[in-house]
Amino acid sequence: MNQNPTPQTSHDTGDYVTVNIGPSHPAMHGTLRVIALTDGESLIKVDPEIGYLHRGVEKLGESLTYHQFIPITDRLNYCSAIPNNVSYEMAVEKLMGVEVPEKAQLIRVIMMELARIADHQVCIGILGVDLGAFTPFFYLIIQREEIYEIFEWFNGARLTNTFGRIGGVDADLPDDFEQRWEELKPGVRKANDETEKLLTHNRIWMDRTIGISAFSAEDALNWGFTGPCLRACGVKRDLRIDEPYCMYDKFKFEVPVGKNGDVFDRYIVRMIEMEESIKIIDQAYKRYKEMPADAPLMARVPKVIKPPAGEVYSALESPNGELGFFVKSDGSAKPYRIRIRPPCYMIYQAFPELVEGELIADLVACLSSLNVIAGELDR
Amino acid sequence: MDDWLIAIIKVVGIWVWVLLIAVVMTWVERRGAALIQDRPGPNRAGPWGLFQPLADGIKLFTKEEIIPTKAQKLLYIIGPLLFSVPAFSAYAVVPFGDKIVLGGKEIILQVSDVNIGFLYILAIGSMAVYGVILGGWGSNNKYSILGGLRSTAQMVSYEVPLGLALLGIVFVYGTFSLRDISLAQQGTFLGFLPNWGIFKQPLGFILFIVAAYAEANRVPFDLPEAESEIVSGYHTEYGSMRLGLYLFGEYVNLVTISGIIVALYFGSWHMPYIDLGAYLGPISWGIVSFCIFFLKVSFFLWMFVWVRWTLPRFRYDQVMGLGWRGLIPLALFNIFITALFIQLTV
Repeated sequence: MNQNPTPQTSHDTGDYVTVNIGPSHPAMHGTLRVIALTDGESLIKVDPEIGYLHRGVEKLGESLTYHQFIPITDRLNYCSAIPNNVSYEMAVEKLMGVEVPEKAQLIRVIMMELARIADHQVCIGILGVDLGAFTPFFYLIIQREEIYEIFEWFNGARLTNTFGRIGGVDADLPDDFEQRWEELKPGVRKANDETEKLLTHNRIWMDRTIGISAFSAEDALNWGFTGPCLRACGVKRDLRIDEPYCMYDKFKFEVPVGKNGDVFDRYIVRMIEMEESIKIIDQAYKRYKEMPADAPLMARVPKVIKPPAGEVYSALESPNGELGFFVKSDGSAKPYRIRIRPPCYMIYQAFPELVEGELIADLVACLSSLNVIAGELDR
Repeated sequence: MDDWLIAIIKVVGIWVWVLLIAVVMTWVERRGAALIQDRPGPNRAGPWGLFQPLADGIKLFTKEEIIPTKAQKLLYIIGPLLFSVPAFSAYAVVPFGDKIVLGGKEIILQVSDVNIGFLYILAIGSMAVYGVILGGWGSNNKYSILGGLRSTAQMVSYEVPLGLALLGIVFVYGTFSLRDISLAQQGTFLGFLPNWGIFKQPLGFILFIVAAYAEANRVPFDLPEAESEIVSGYHTEYGSMRLGLYLFGEYVNLVTISGIIVALYFGSWHMPYIDLGAYLGPISWGIVSFCIFFLKVSFFLWMFVWVRWTLPRFRYDQVMGLGWRGLIPLALFNIFITALFIQLTV
């Protein structure tokens, strides 16, 4: 980390003015910081500065047992903790060569897709807030709260879920899940509809988002984009389909793809993905109901997990993109090394390229549409 | 002596009244936002949270006044004053009712019936921009300066279509006085349409209301204080009652703008199709006309809230583009059509 966090742009050069945006700024979600060289309202040079939320998550993992690390993964993308948990658990399971029972996989799918809906709701809501449209945020957040209710009632936590265990899940879905889900579904759809009515065809919204921070598919791939931001550029890449895990290959769903890779496409891709997630949950729950009630939830794993020495990388499609865990074991009860590949880190690297030459207002729009989560970025 | 007394009562009375509406307006804004957004809103202080503005006021008054060390002290202090004083002064020429007869004396319900009412409003309205730019400049903060610059560009640009839209009204009614225009809006034309400005100047009304939203720095034109972009814009560095003056001045502006809209385009104190003044006594008509006027005003105040919580925000260049490429040509076109029409019919 650079000791002096003010690069050469700190000096006002000629007619340009340096504006320091963040780390404490209404639009800098979490603790991001951007040092922008501006000419009036235009951005000449943008210099993102990361690390304000660095907690040494990866290093922490080396001094905790395999199970103890699961709650730490909650704190990566705090908008959707469950995919983080599952991604880590999958990595350790892969390392141990454990096959997770089908029922546990279905519960994981249901919960991960709920988390995806919640994450996209937050992202779209915040994008609206940053563009001055406050109201959709509340419509979406109210529904997100309902999803959190399900999480809370499932495992006691709303935000930091610590979902599942290595080798499966600790608890079955409660009996009235179906009723709760059927109650939730129309609410989520209604909130999405209302958001769509308020934003999608709104002239101001279109002017503010179409063509803003557009990115070509080639650039996106070169920068290592994944998830909705990559799909918005027109690349049909979704780990759920390309490298299926958790029985995703058994479900029928569409992967929405954009064209221009601009803020609008990212928004639309996320909107459609929420609807697809609902479909996946329906299918997964149908399969789940066909399972016998006493089907196992946990694979046979020892109480103290000591994977054989070796290393593994395992990734899944988190709401933001490819979330991967690299775990190296030396055969002891604690991991030798954990490395996390968060989707934001790669996406945020391209941030200067995305916004340079645009206006300050576009910087804010672009940042929220990328859904950069500081917890995941800085780790 | 009597005239003096009446004048003083009118000045103080309307000042308190506008202040009161602005106070209630802050409550309406927050409760209205809550209503639109499916949440309760402030509901703890008093019935339905009605004392919330009072609590906010006490908070703002009792807070420590801080002047940033690097601020330009003079500019920093006069900024909020320059913003809020014109906001109040502008209401002086806006009527708030027809007239009332007390003790055989006819009192016009308007602080001052100036025969150049429009020009006064435009002139005073332009003063507010100094409050914003000086406050933004004096704060010595980059966000404040950005906010001040945005605001200056926006308010100066939109004053042009605002003035041009008003010209249409002047053409139609042949006077600059708001009271005379109000009086002229009685009755109907073409047999069924009320004699209101909106029916005679439909395009002019749309131009005026758009420009007025921009002048008031309201969504979708709230760039000068765009919270997500430049923190709070020109009042980022302000606290305590100085901030209060800025926030409050905005609501007073809304009352004034709504008053102007009603007086010019929505028949002022007249009801459509029915001349209540002919049926009511001089005192009761005074009160009723006052009520009608402010019912209409409250609708437009609500519209400000409604629009604010519905639309996203424009971008700086889009605001400028809309002003110079959209509104001004349309306003000129409106003037041309109006003039042509008058030339052909009169």
